[in-house]
Amino acid sequence: MSNKINNFIEEKIDPLFAKGGKYEKLWSVYDSFHTFLFVPRHTAGRKGVQVHDSVDSKRVISMVILALVPALLFGCWNVGYQHDLALGINDGWFMQFLYGFGAFLPKMVVAYVVGLGIEMAIAAYKHEEVAEGFLATGFLIPLIVPVNTPLWMIAVATAFSVIFAKEIFGGTGMNIFNPALIARAFLFFAYPKAMSGDQVFVRTGSALCDSPIEGAQVVDTFTGATPLAEVAAGTFNPSAYDTMQAFIGTIPGSIGETSTLAILIGAVILLVTKVASWRIMLSVFAGGAVMSAIIAAFSESAPTVAQQICLGGFAFGAVFMATDPVTGCRTNTGKYIYGAFIGVMAIIIRMFNTGYPEGMMMAILLGNAVAPLIDYYVVDANINKRAKRVKA
Amino acid sequence: MASFKLKKGLNINLAGKPEQKYLSVKEADKVTLVPDDFGLTPKVVVKAGETVKVGDTIFFDKNRPEIKIVSPVSGTVEDVVRGDRRKVLGVVICNDGKGTSVELPAVNPASAKAEEIKSAMLNAGVWPLLKQRPYNVVANPEVQPRDIFVTAIDSAPLAPDFEFAAQGQEKELQLAISALAKLTSGKVYVSVKTGSKLQLKDCEMVTVEGPHPAGNISVQINHIKPLNKGEQVWAASAFDLLIVGRALAGKADFTRVITVAGSEIVAPGYAKVLPGQSLASVLAGKMVQAEGKQRVIAGNVLTGTNAGINGVVGYFDNTVTVIPEGDDTDEMFGWITPGMNRYSTNNTGLAGLFGLFKSKAWNLDARIKGGERALIVSGEWDKVFPMDIYPEYLYKAALAFDIDRMEALGIYEVAPEDFALCEFVCTSKTPVQQVIADALVKLRKEME
Repeated sequence: MSNKINNFIEEKIDPLFAKGGKYEKLWSVYDSFHTFLFVPRHTAGRKGVQVHDSVDSKRVISMVILALVPALLFGCWNVGYQHDLALGINDGWFMQFLYGFGAFLPKMVVAYVVGLGIEMAIAAYKHEEVAEGFLATGFLIPLIVPVNTPLWMIAVATAFSVIFAKEIFGGTGMNIFNPALIARAFLFFAYPKAMSGDQVFVRTGSALCDSPIEGAQVVDTFTGATPLAEVAAGTFNPSAYDTMQAFIGTIPGSIGETSTLAILIGAVILLVTKVASWRIMLSVFAGGAVMSAIIAAFSESAPTVAQQICLGGFAFGAVFMATDPVTGCRTNTGKYIYGAFIGVMAIIIRMFNTGYPEGMMMAILLGNAVAPLIDYYVVDANINKRAKRVKA
Repeated sequence: MASFKLKKGLNINLAGKPEQKYLSVKEADKVTLVPDDFGLTPKVVVKAGETVKVGDTIFFDKNRPEIKIVSPVSGTVEDVVRGDRRKVLGVVICNDGKGTSVELPAVNPASAKAEEIKSAMLNAGVWPLLKQRPYNVVANPEVQPRDIFVTAIDSAPLAPDFEFAAQGQEKELQLAISALAKLTSGKVYVSVKTGSKLQLKDCEMVTVEGPHPAGNISVQINHIKPLNKGEQVWAASAFDLLIVGRALAGKADFTRVITVAGSEIVAPGYAKVLPGQSLASVLAGKMVQAEGKQRVIAGNVLTGTNAGINGVVGYFDNTVTVIPEGDDTDEMFGWITPGMNRYSTNNTGLAGLFGLFKSKAWNLDARIKGGERALIVSGEWDKVFPMDIYPEYLYKAALAFDIDRMEALGIYEVAPEDFALCEFVCTSKTPVQQVIADALVKLRKEME
């Protein structure tokens, strides 16, 4: 069956896009869909390895997306749940999920259409295959923005990050900074009012856009303030805060990052499939925990270690962002240093720089910037060892 | 006995493993000597129609005329095949089956001087079987190497077991090793597998345990006594030393024992062939009758050449492998299927997750199974590269041809074959071996 379909594609459709074909310029786009349907038939050349492992970059990226699904599902429900809390109503978990999904889906569509559009255009221009990296980025972007982010902002941020954080460096695999985080940072600095504060993390209007629903009234006791905003303002009370709630994720926050539990399920998927480095993940958590413990020992209003890890984007960043192999350290020794650096910096920024209540984003971008330097010194140790051997 | 154990590496569990028995192969009716096998610029000294004996020079290295490649058969030169810009692609010699050979003096390594041994090996045409590090080319006879490393292990997929292949030739092996011992100021190190019954003198034996590339000489050098800039060591496969040993005993006999294996071979086993013998003659009546295309590889699946049925056995090959081509196989949605039946060492598929890639024998075809990408996944090369070298960084330096950085990262210690497993497991399908091979050729031109 699949043989017949692919024979048809190879014989009838392939020539249209091949060199000299009618749609030659669209070869990259065609190839990306064709290889999405079927594993390519190309065989090894005359020289070099004659057999290959089945893994390819499509499969690796698919695992990242799969690992994000628990956080996505929970996030969608939580958007609806927070909406109901704000309005003082309860229309059941399914309606809550649908509401959240309605708020999420347009964001994802916008991110994919804009990002993949640019990637495909550039791939077609360079006459290269379309790399899969953006499939993960486009999934991550809607998960790390507040639910009330307007779609046009997502479009602008996605375009900015794909062009200026990735393609000008040479595309997937060549970028220095994590493109999804660059999109988030772009939004944070370009439209700060839409990215933090009491109003952005809970949607009180209709699902698709934030226009107020007629007759709906936000209940008096509701405040959209996130705990991290309170931490930054110094009004946080660690003993009164329900850490379990933050672990489960029934708190306001960016769509995908509230539930530490859902993120941990994703972490298990990434670790079992070995797509993410356990060295990085472990050391981010360890670095964050140590730094939180130090700060908590000196300040009563500082969150506990568990709270620090469950709040904000710490867990999400540790599991899905810091472990990006392209922008992180590539040597095993480097990975420990890199992870610990991010963990420590995230907590420091969170606690001491009140301008950035969410330190994780800045910490990882900073980590991305120093990762090549860390690797440089790790590799240098090997070089020095070799040089010493000559002298000896 | 010294020993070391490797944890990194990978034995690719392929179907069609050779049984320890000899398959009958008809005597070669012609052989083709390919200068590219040796990585030298040839000066051909015979013309079509000329009669040659076993051991007569066919071509020599233009840069080092003392390095000669000789005929493994007696008969007439049929053709000197040339390609673009008159590059010599091969010299075809018809075998008259008589085996008339030039006279070789027997050498007694106990009493012979180093120079005598060298000239005996050069004259007999067995010198090209010695390789050197750096650059992985035919050893330079004017140099006294720091040490000589011999591997009596071929750990590549479906490769022959040396001790089975060398049965009855222990004397010749010892002769070659005693001779080599005279050529170095250091030692001759012979690496054998654990449980080896080989007893050799005039050398230091080292037991190597672990998966492929345990048999690769670079790996052994790196673990036994690493090579430094400015030094030169020589490297030889014990399979090739059998030929050297016979020549030193006065017998010009280039027969080599190889395996004929792979999932498309009916009854995989061992065979005695001549270098340059046509694959068609080796494989006659041994291949499975298949509907789909088959890929005939001169060499093993990691470092071999897709020579096709009209190709020849390479000069250094220990294996002839036949696998399905696979270009008629269509896998739908390969990016998400569970992957129970897809060979992968990677945990993104069930075969990797459950370790099926180890426990089950796989019938792999020649598909690349993905598009080439920039390097994305980190650390996967390191898992199959058991040397104190960062393969990815060395690869990048080679790609950029940054000489200082390549030197610093250990380019002199490696051969392209050491990167074969990196290429095999690479998610981004990077042609690593080619990049390293090109860099070595270019580097040698710059440095010498």
